[in-house]
Amino acid sequence: MAELLQIMVAVVAVGSLYALIALGYTMVYGILKFINFAHSDVFVLGAWVSLVLSVMIISALKLAPGSSPPLWIAPLVLIAAMVVCGLVGFAIERLAYKPLRKAPRLNVLITAIGVSLLLQNVGQLTGFAVAKDDDGKTIATVPFGPSPKRMPSLLPETAAPDPNLAKPLVLIQPVDVFIFVSAIVLMVGLQYLVFRTKFGAAMRAVSFNTETAALMGIRVDRVISVTFVTGAMLAAAAGFMYALKYPGLNQTAHETWVLLGLKAFVAAVVGGIGNVRGAVLGGFLIAFIEFMGMYCFSKYLDPVLHTNMGTNLRDVYVFAMLIFVLLVRPAGILGSQLKEKV
Amino acid sequence: MVGRLATVVRRLSLGLGLAASVVAGGVVAIGAANAASEAAQPAKAESKAPIVIGHYGSLTGAEATFGQSTSEGIRLAIKELNASGGIDGRMVELKEYDTKGDPKEANLAVTRLVKSDKVVAVLGEVASGLSLAAAPVCQKAGVPMISPSSTNVRVTKVGDMIFRVCFIDPFQGLACAKFASENLKATKAAMLYDQKAPYSVDLAKEFKKAFEKMGGKVVAEQTYSGGDGDFTAQLTNIAASKPEVLFVPGYYTDVGNIALQVRKLGITCPMLGGDGWDSEQLGKTAGKAIEGSFYSNHYAPDQPDEQVKQFISKYQSAYGGKTPDGLAALGYDAANILFDAMKRAKSTDGKPLRDAIAATKDFKAVTGTITIDQNRDAKKSAVIVEMKGDPLGPKFKARVEP
Repeated sequence: MAELLQIMVAVVAVGSLYALIALGYTMVYGILKFINFAHSDVFVLGAWVSLVLSVMIISALKLAPGSSPPLWIAPLVLIAAMVVCGLVGFAIERLAYKPLRKAPRLNVLITAIGVSLLLQNVGQLTGFAVAKDDDGKTIATVPFGPSPKRMPSLLPETAAPDPNLAKPLVLIQPVDVFIFVSAIVLMVGLQYLVFRTKFGAAMRAVSFNTETAALMGIRVDRVISVTFVTGAMLAAAAGFMYALKYPGLNQTAHETWVLLGLKAFVAAVVGGIGNVRGAVLGGFLIAFIEFMGMYCFSKYLDPVLHTNMGTNLRDVYVFAMLIFVLLVRPAGILGSQLKEKV
Repeated sequence: MVGRLATVVRRLSLGLGLAASVVAGGVVAIGAANAASEAAQPAKAESKAPIVIGHYGSLTGAEATFGQSTSEGIRLAIKELNASGGIDGRMVELKEYDTKGDPKEANLAVTRLVKSDKVVAVLGEVASGLSLAAAPVCQKAGVPMISPSSTNVRVTKVGDMIFRVCFIDPFQGLACAKFASENLKATKAAMLYDQKAPYSVDLAKEFKKAFEKMGGKVVAEQTYSGGDGDFTAQLTNIAASKPEVLFVPGYYTDVGNIALQVRKLGITCPMLGGDGWDSEQLGKTAGKAIEGSFYSNHYAPDQPDEQVKQFISKYQSAYGGKTPDGLAALGYDAANILFDAMKRAKSTDGKPLRDAIAATKDFKAVTGTITIDQNRDAKKSAVIVEMKGDPLGPKFKARVEP
């Protein structure tokens, strides 16, 4: 029971991250009907911008060694990372996608892959020093350089449990709570934006029919820009939270980021691409399947089969789930099931 | 396009670094400049033309410190050699390519070294998976390759041109198992290894074999893929099996994240690993979580041996006070063994050079006395180091003889 609860803590945290990234995929698809392959790179950018900003702030504060940084840094870095990535998202849309608005969809798709490679590799360049430690050694650069770095801890950590006392039922770190709460706040905010505001109505109108929306006086380009910026900001928030939870960050072109982005994309598809609530549902569902698959397989099947591949197959559970959903409900769980007339 | 731009920038900065190190050599600079202009007409000035050797390593990428440290060790060895007159008056020049930690790039890099740069010998790689990807190229071209630090058994089995100057995984696994059962008095061990890295998989296998032979029991076996962020599922299973030692034979990038999560989930037993942990980055990432954990390595910076002290002082004066890690020491040793063989072979052709390397016996290297055995592996001892102190770093704990 305790183990299951511990897994659920991870599911909730990782599910929140998948959901936040999936929202960006789904919003852009909902409006432009194309998959923004550069989206996961904006997420990575968010993680690295958070790292650099945190290092800069902490080194500027000149904290005594060993003391934990003040609590206000976390929300400040979160907002700053969201702003930076929002601007990058805006620039990407303006420079890469807008000129191709009337081009065939395949061209835009290939451009997205190009933008993705650009972000990955520029992020790996050896950059300019933006923070130095007391010995004058460079500790943060922009771009981020080719090797992994560590995100400083911004939140307090609960001490490891005393081995002499009874083991607590479940261990929850403040970072898990922070991730869940801020993800929920952001998702509720997005729900409000899309379904309760005039601008949300404009977004839904553009998604429904771009030309008609334009004829009704909706400024389509602005709606598209805002959609990109919102998606990029959510991805940045996810990147910040990822860096807090898993502080050893890999360099921007590491293959593991691609897989992470791919899983978030699967979450969007499983939930029903183009559907905002579906993306959230899909995010949590994918995380649940992934962790439960690992846990149950290695606990119940491995001893019977005399293998130890339960955790080996973590990606298999996710993609098997995708295949299953595509077979049963091709438009995703919450997607609108369109009947095509032939 | 952008990828190419990045490569160009990197190569440019590498070139500058090379130029700087050559200038630092003083007299050598003139020799090298002459040699470079003569290299255009090799037929005329055969005897004075430089000997070109190659190095391929992960200068960027996830395991970037591996390649960078090795490169620094090799450059130090070349600088010393050239300052003392080179090999029969011929200077040694280094050609170096980045593998980015990618097997495809490793194969490409070595193909370039062998086919277009026509190097006489190749040094590299650190990661066994990358050495395995590139070794067949050297074997086929008949160019000797010395891996400074690939410990996987299969690497030198590729062919008779492939050597290494480090110990192999069966021995490393044995050393870890011996340390776990004799020094830590552990009887129950859990393993968590990277299913994508041949190094990690085989080392785990060897550890298990040796540990069970010594009467211990492996109570949990879990895997991950290099780069994964979350290990909750694996570690929950491991915690349930209540191990006395946790063996994690992965690379330092993952071990940092793993150690943090191990402690957060309330697993308190010491962690144990292989030489893949050896990077100053590990202490930076894991901090307190890795304190009191152990790994087997090729040398410890605080080892009381004379060669080690000398090497450290030379390295520190060359690289601004940086303490060399095991990979830098092995890079240095690999280059020196190659030079030693070149001097004895009196030729830079593949066959005689190969025979000379194979005949290396009792070579006094930084990482111990090296004898190349009939499997082209190095016979030598391993040290176990403990992560402790301030700044956090590896400290000598025990030595395990073969």
